[in-house]
Amino acid sequence: MSEAPKPSAPRPAGRAGRNTELPEHLKGYKGVWVFVEHDRGHVHPVSWELMGAGRQLADKLQVGVAGILMGGPDEPLDAFAHEAYAFGADRCYVVRDPVLKGYRNEPFTKGLTDLVNRYQPEIMLLGATTMGRDLAGSVATTLGTGLTADCTELHIDGRALAATRPTFGGSLLCTIMTLAYRPQMATVRPRVMPLPRHDASRAGEIVEMPLAMVEADVVTKLLDFIPDASRNTVNLAYADVIVSGGKGLKRPENFKLVRDLARVLGAEVGATRPVVQAGWVEPERQVGQTGKTVRPKLYIAAGISGAIQHRVGMEGSDVIVAINSDPGAPIFDFAHYGIVGNAMQVLPALTEAFRVHLERRIRKVA
Amino acid sequence: MHIVVCIKQVPDSAQIRVHPVTNTIMRQGVPAIVNPYDLFALEEALRLKDRFRGRVTVLCMGPPQAEDALRKCVSFGATDAILVTDRAFAGADTLATSYALAAAIRKIGEEQAVDLVFTGKQTIDGDTAQVGPGVAKRLGLNLLTYVSRIVDVDLDARRIKVERRAEGGVQLLETKLPSLITMLEGTNEMRFASLDDMLRAARFPCRKWNKEAAGIEDLSKVGLKGSPTVVSKVFGPTPRSDKADVQSVADTSVQDVTLNLVQKLFTTHPQLEIELLERLGA
Repeated sequence: MSEAPKPSAPRPAGRAGRNTELPEHLKGYKGVWVFVEHDRGHVHPVSWELMGAGRQLADKLQVGVAGILMGGPDEPLDAFAHEAYAFGADRCYVVRDPVLKGYRNEPFTKGLTDLVNRYQPEIMLLGATTMGRDLAGSVATTLGTGLTADCTELHIDGRALAATRPTFGGSLLCTIMTLAYRPQMATVRPRVMPLPRHDASRAGEIVEMPLAMVEADVVTKLLDFIPDASRNTVNLAYADVIVSGGKGLKRPENFKLVRDLARVLGAEVGATRPVVQAGWVEPERQVGQTGKTVRPKLYIAAGISGAIQHRVGMEGSDVIVAINSDPGAPIFDFAHYGIVGNAMQVLPALTEAFRVHLERRIRKVA
Repeated sequence: MHIVVCIKQVPDSAQIRVHPVTNTIMRQGVPAIVNPYDLFALEEALRLKDRFRGRVTVLCMGPPQAEDALRKCVSFGATDAILVTDRAFAGADTLATSYALAAAIRKIGEEQAVDLVFTGKQTIDGDTAQVGPGVAKRLGLNLLTYVSRIVDVDLDARRIKVERRAEGGVQLLETKLPSLITMLEGTNEMRFASLDDMLRAARFPCRKWNKEAAGIEDLSKVGLKGSPTVVSKVFGPTPRSDKADVQSVADTSVQDVTLNLVQKLFTTHPQLEIELLERLGA
């Protein structure tokens, strides 16, 4: 951390340090767990990102890392387990049951809660996806333990998890700890942590546990799944190149300039919240605190001032290029390259410059 | 049909500033608003009320001034408004908040059975999305999160069918009432408050419940004491050490500036150029 912001002194919660002392019966909770989220044959990459983070925490604590796999008997859970080992897991706890085919809150909450009570991990990480948040909130409440959402950093402080997350719309960061309860639970958004190295030579063991639940016990029925492919939705979080526009573009028709540059680069189009709220682009394209966290190799921000709400969603990008008419705009504080100028003039020129350069290079390669 | 909508009063995050020296939130002059995500939940509840008749009770936990947020909801058409407010609730994290709200909903249910509970997807100040699932678990309600559309409600059969946003698609789910729904943003548009409702809201006697009235049985489950999470420190974002390489159009032509940028970008990051070419070639 930099020296400028002065962290407030750690303070005990409540009178007489309540909720800071770990009771004796919870001291046996050991190991780091990562919930491996999968759907229709694919593991969500956030689970492997968390496996990397979990491995680091576990090494610090000198304990093992386990992947948690829950699903139907006909789903490739063993293959997922091998991937989990390759990304850092030492073992996988597997719950296989027809009831677990396709995510539903009730059976997954029961399965995961039972696993925790039986095998007692000290830390449990889940992706901050629609599945992970639904499940984490339910499991934490059922277990009566602490859960920290959308963490951007995970460290070990003493023997406890210190989970840092943005708060108040990202204008402040706070570090949250669960001292007197176990497991310590946290969710992390996709693309916040880097993908760890894949080592196919790593191996591990599988521990199976049955789910004490039958279909008749589950009130909620999954009638259908309509994949996004048929609805033409974008996967912004995993895009390698993103061109985003903000309210500095002044008028909805000017947003075409962002799309033109994106086309030349083979990039996805992103936007700020005000642009989405004004209806210039679809909500799926919103980058930032209440939109997507992105981590592309190149992020071009046009007409975006760089308000903290936008910044927290894109500052993990490898290279940030900012175009803004205001030289004092906050975006220039964290961009790598900047052009001070009117985005409506700069964008077409930049599109042309990229087009000419890339075409020339493609011809040379051919 | 009786629907409870849980709302929160939040500072308008677009106007939040952090004091550059002390790193504290400067709340002065920052307007408090109804958490914007909760309005999608409220509108959906009001639509069900329009269709099935019945009541919409808005419920809020917060300091006394959160009454303003409840009045706002009444102006949109909510039937009743209850503020759960007590010093004992101060410092609550999401687990303790869900305990207090669940107790209050149980009390509300004693007056008239609750068929549905709505919450927003998350708040804009906490952003956790944990309170909805927490309340559902505590009350044993069938949980439906990230609902993008209510497909069908059958009050006689006590069944509800919804579309739920999932990663990479939409789930079509059916469950039984009572159920708790967390509503996705952008799913509807809040109605305009009628003049009658605005006048009604201004005079509306919001009920204020302290811990006893809200039916809190176990004081160790609320407020700071009931919160497993402990905030160990608060700090400002780290400023980047290296400054951006900035050129200005005012100094030269737009063409020069953009050509220069493209050259610099690909010279400094040759891997980026290779990947772009691969992508475009493919």
